Amino acid sequence: MSTGTGLLKGLGVTLSTMTRRSITQQYPDVKPELPPRSRGVIALLEENCTSCMLCARECPDWCIYIDSHKEVVPAPEEGGRERTRNVLDRFAIDFSLCMYCGICIDVCPFDALFWSPEFEYSEFDIRDMTHEKGRLGQWMPTVPPPPALDPSAAESKELQNARKKSAPRPSETTADDARE
Amino acid sequence: MTDVLEAALRLIVVFGAFLLLPLLVGQLEHKVMAHMQSRVGPMYAGGFHGWAQLVADGVKFAQKEDVVPASADPVIYRLAPALALVPYFVAMVALPVGPGLVGQDVDAGVFFVLAVMGVGVIGTLMAGWASANKYSLLGAVRQASQLLAYELPFVLAAASVVMAAGTLSFTGIVEAWQPWWLIWQLPAAVVFFVAGLAELNRPPFDMPVADAEIIFGPYTEYTGLRFALFLLAEYVGIILLCFLTTLLFLGGWQGPFGDTWLWTLLKAGALAFVVIWLRVSYPRLRADQLQKLSWQLLIPVALLQLLVTGVVMVAW
Repeated sequence: MSTGTGLLKGLGVTLSTMTRRSITQQYPDVKPELPPRSRGVIALLEENCTSCMLCARECPDWCIYIDSHKEVVPAPEEGGRERTRNVLDRFAIDFSLCMYCGICIDVCPFDALFWSPEFEYSEFDIRDMTHEKGRLGQWMPTVPPPPALDPSAAESKELQNARKKSAPRPSETTADDARE
Repeated sequence: MTDVLEAALRLIVVFGAFLLLPLLVGQLEHKVMAHMQSRVGPMYAGGFHGWAQLVADGVKFAQKEDVVPASADPVIYRLAPALALVPYFVAMVALPVGPGLVGQDVDAGVFFVLAVMGVGVIGTLMAGWASANKYSLLGAVRQASQLLAYELPFVLAAASVVMAAGTLSFTGIVEAWQPWWLIWQLPAAVVFFVAGLAELNRPPFDMPVADAEIIFGPYTEYTGLRFALFLLAEYVGIILLCFLTTLLFLGGWQGPFGDTWLWTLLKAGALAFVVIWLRVSYPRLRADQLQKLSWQLLIPVALLQLLVTGVVMVAW
């Protein structure tokens, strides 16, 4: 009687599911716990941006708008050469076009763009989905810190270099010797 | 004068149950089905776990426009929901809940209730025909064929327990009932319950309203309160089926710790849970499977049960 056992099994599945707790989260009341690297919105750290346009050019759907102008920086000492630097006038991401691929964040050589897990920025007008640099900067405090390294992982290159530069050779501890 | 008053009072109580119990079953269905599907169901209406969801649904239905299709037969179309619902109320009047707790005790209660319940289907047929919609008509015809197939085992199974008790009165059957009948009348009980589900179009026998195939069968064109009346009829039907099964096969108000109407409600409630449970667990049967189940399994089993009941009655 395979039919009969199948029918009973079906009843058993639904009954045991009923006794288990539902995993439903009542979203507007209970905020979801998103993993720290969730792709919610892109935050801009304006000070780091050099208007190099790499992000705008790599963006597959051209949703990043950058305007900038050059400013002349006077020479630091008499007789020196004047330098120019880029000043960011406009940095905007149109989130109605963005497909959240994250390429802009990957290509940014100056760590000016970051993923933030915030996602509640829907609008009634599609034009409001374009976040200018002020709005993009407001997302910065919501960017989570990078996850801690694995305890047995090698020290990051930046830390190694900093340590080598700051500490002269003889004073290195035995623990560091043992690791090398 | 007191007779009239008492009759009126009983009718009012039955009417209250007629309106309240389907809501309870509906809410139970919302929640049980949700949890069986790893959901939580309605949570907001009324505040506590969405207890007022069906009240909110009722208000919504009342606000909707009552549309009659241009090519429909307006009189029949408007009359159909009433005809689907009223017989269930009439049947409910004759169902006892406890000793003496009955709208109107009818001597041939089983006969009366089964006959009246059969009328309710005509409302569905009228709805399907009068809607002037091919899906409605298909649904109505499916309903008719389903009724033909399942009325027979339904009545045969009831006849078995009527034979065993030697009476057509519900009170008489419950009083004659003994616990060992649970085994003796088990096939009849299963046949009765399954055939009853099929008569009510409950899943897995909801072929007449199969939404993936024919939208909502005979009820496709209905809106607003008339649609709500059809839904109400379905849930009153569940109540009726559960009470009928309780009274005929599970001993009604008999139970340990004294005979009380609480037992009837408890048993009927458990059966209502089973109705919902079956709905969640099984997919819809196909038309031919539906006919096969009735003619090749339920009816032979019901006839065999009649034979067994007869032999036991004579040999006892």
